[in-house]
Amino acid sequence: MHETYSVEMRGIVKQFGTVIANDHVDFHAKPGQIHALLGENGAGKSTMMCMLSGVYRPTSGEIFIHGKPVKIRSPKDAMKLGVGMVFQNFRLVQTLTAAENIVLGERSSFWRGPKWMNSKQQEIEAIADRFGLAFPVNRPIWQLSVGEQQRVEIVKTLYRGAELIILDEPTSVLTPGEAEQLFTTLQRMKEEGKTVILTTHKLKEVMSAADHISVMRKGKLIHSMEKTATNERELAKLMVGKEIGESRAFLPRPQGKVLLTVSRVDVQADHGRKSLDQFSLHVHEGEIVGVAGVAGNGQKELAEVLTGLRSWKQGRIHFAGKELRNGSVRAAIEAGIAHVPENRMKSGLAGSLGIVDNLLFKTYRKGERSRLGFLRTSNNRSWSQGLVDQFDVKTAGLDTPVQQLSGGNQQKLLFAREVDQEPLLMVAVHPTQGLDVGATEGVHLLLGKMRDEGKSVLLISEDLDEVIQLSDRILVIFNGKIVGEMGREDADREKIGMYMAGLQSAEEEAG
Amino acid sequence: MSEQKPILHKGGTISVEATQQASRPRWRSYRIEIDSTKKDSSWWIPFVSMLLALIVCGIFIAANGMNPFPVYKKMFTGAFGTSYGLTETLVKTIPLLLCGLGVTIAYRISVWNIGAEGQFAAGAMAATAVTVYFPNMPGLLIIPTMIVFSIVAGGIWGLLTAIPRTYFQVNELVTSLMLNYVALLAMDYFVFGPWKDPKGMNFPGTPMFTEAQSLPVLGDTRLHLGLLFGLVAIVLYGFFIKYTRWGYELRLIGANPEAAKNAGIRISRHILLVMLISGGLAGLAGMAEVSGVTHRLMYGISPGYGYTAIIVAWLAKLHPIGLVVSAFLFGGLIVGGYSVQTIGLPSSISEMLQGAILFFLIAGGTLSKFHLRRIR
Repeated sequence: MHETYSVEMRGIVKQFGTVIANDHVDFHAKPGQIHALLGENGAGKSTMMCMLSGVYRPTSGEIFIHGKPVKIRSPKDAMKLGVGMVFQNFRLVQTLTAAENIVLGERSSFWRGPKWMNSKQQEIEAIADRFGLAFPVNRPIWQLSVGEQQRVEIVKTLYRGAELIILDEPTSVLTPGEAEQLFTTLQRMKEEGKTVILTTHKLKEVMSAADHISVMRKGKLIHSMEKTATNERELAKLMVGKEIGESRAFLPRPQGKVLLTVSRVDVQADHGRKSLDQFSLHVHEGEIVGVAGVAGNGQKELAEVLTGLRSWKQGRIHFAGKELRNGSVRAAIEAGIAHVPENRMKSGLAGSLGIVDNLLFKTYRKGERSRLGFLRTSNNRSWSQGLVDQFDVKTAGLDTPVQQLSGGNQQKLLFAREVDQEPLLMVAVHPTQGLDVGATEGVHLLLGKMRDEGKSVLLISEDLDEVIQLSDRILVIFNGKIVGEMGREDADREKIGMYMAGLQSAEEEAG
Repeated sequence: MSEQKPILHKGGTISVEATQQASRPRWRSYRIEIDSTKKDSSWWIPFVSMLLALIVCGIFIAANGMNPFPVYKKMFTGAFGTSYGLTETLVKTIPLLLCGLGVTIAYRISVWNIGAEGQFAAGAMAATAVTVYFPNMPGLLIIPTMIVFSIVAGGIWGLLTAIPRTYFQVNELVTSLMLNYVALLAMDYFVFGPWKDPKGMNFPGTPMFTEAQSLPVLGDTRLHLGLLFGLVAIVLYGFFIKYTRWGYELRLIGANPEAAKNAGIRISRHILLVMLISGGLAGLAGMAEVSGVTHRLMYGISPGYGYTAIIVAWLAKLHPIGLVVSAFLFGGLIVGGYSVQTIGLPSSISEMLQGAILFFLIAGGTLSKFHLRRIR
């Protein structure tokens, strides 16, 4: 219970079901400090901060605010203790004005007439001025830019008297100029003796803005140090980890013909930015190509383009000697592209339907599964039973809703369906997410087997160990472009980490 | 600091917990959990909803100085106790079954069609138009022509909702509801205007249909062939949904539209087809009503069948056999409502019950996601 710490978290464990998001994490921050919590996506940074702001509760562990033990049961509790959080996805009412949003949570906020509102507005403007956070107070939120909305969120926490301000990935939505401005604001908060914690995976920001840096990886806090005691290179190494996963690499195989060529494809993102920017890639037959990168750099869009879920703007995609039709799922299925989507229950399986219906997904149009518009029910049942046996899916019966299966068995079922189509290419996105060790191994073996049969796999994963272990070739994606490429022999965590953080690109190296 | 037990729930449940181990008041040793992953409500909810609706309406009846028990008994015997009551109940079951099936198909893929009332009216008008403009059509052709016209008209009325929904993301709740008024007012125009029976002493209705324009009835009851339409439609629906490619696609869209996209199913096309069928069935119900029961198109032909059908569908939980049972029950509720008029209560008591049932059904669907769990 160190008195000088404004916040101290000790032995924090957070479990979601069987997944451990935080594993005995100790974390502390001082007033007048900008503390950066660095880590890849899924490292557990946001979970830690959500526990501090009352969104989640720790499974075990203690939290101290200014040396006093506290229980934070809700965001309201957190606010009372002076903890305010600015989330990545803003918590704002689109149709209310900025000022209305800020006073919204207040007890006495119900309509008190224009005079009261005016005084509140002045109060808000004073706070905004003090920290250099300019935004139109009287405009409805939907008319504000993303950067301005973020400022509203920050002022909201300050207005409610936050002494400890948490910003979750604050720069991910900002332009470089806006980010610069944000850091000035943070500097002022620091000068006023507030504690600022920001979570991020951008190394450059950390080095320019933070005083103290804590690095998290896979739910654990790896290292905590002053900025002056470290450098970008070391941080990159810490962030991705040093240990090479148990090397069970597959034997190298002679490369086949080129199966998939993506050339100069553009995809527009929701914010008008490009999520794939003149993107090019090729995959050979009988090869596992791993795509590593921090989430949100275009991986999702790449998978969607290849599986027909999203259409692209420019450029061409050739698959198995033919041009792939833009934005047609059915064309992708018929061409032989299988898909293991990112979130199996969200878009891969229909939870309330049984095994047979879930296995039919992609093949129900084929002659063996249906004739003249009628499903060949008994035929399909015996086929399903065969797949269930072959892939060792543990289930009570063929009509059991798949939401009742364990995660590992759900994934086996999904693989059974995708592999049974006899695809030429499998696009697998985070195929082992949320699976235990045994199930993960099973998935890895399946992918390896496909490769040995001369089929190709495009493995998109945030798990660097997985990518290094399985891939014949590793590509690193950053800002919608491939910035690095290396063969299995040259796979090097440190180098990948640098590419992932955007610190290096293959072009720079060459030039 | 009180000791805190690990809170582990399956599938992302959030728990609201009372801590403080010792000296906890009795009621605080329970906590309410929300299972956000749960999608289907439990099978017993329709039964509990009906029971709660009876209790709440019973209190209301008691507050009006009546003993609810004899009132409910009167309703029950009025609807199911006599052969007259029973056939009348079945007569009311027919439109509820057809309209109920119509909205069920739409609800299966989360298209919230509440326009069965208008589609019913469109079907009734189309069937009547056949009798008005082709009075001399050969006997055998008349009924089939009326059927086809009514289904097409109801279907088109449904498409008027589906097309804006598919291509312009217009909320189907609003359009389908608004189109009800359009159809009902159009019907009023015809029965007060061009189609009014000149010999009808100003009664707002068309001339009576001829024998050949009416559906055959059973003996000397009012029960007509429409019941067979309803039952056949139910059987076909049950069969199609289970054994055909189209039914499989509907099930998939209903269970997980996101996954359906991944399977290469184009959802917008399905919405158009489903609304065509949904409206067509309601239209057929309209035809059955004019040709089988009233034998003319007249003012106020539907006591809100299209709206009651929504409750019928929910009570059945979109299940085909459940639809038959709940349509029958609601038919009985309407007839029972008429029968309590003799003891001085308004027939709108049945509407009150209907509303209460829907209220508890919807509340039950949401509340069944909450669990009360004891903290040890």
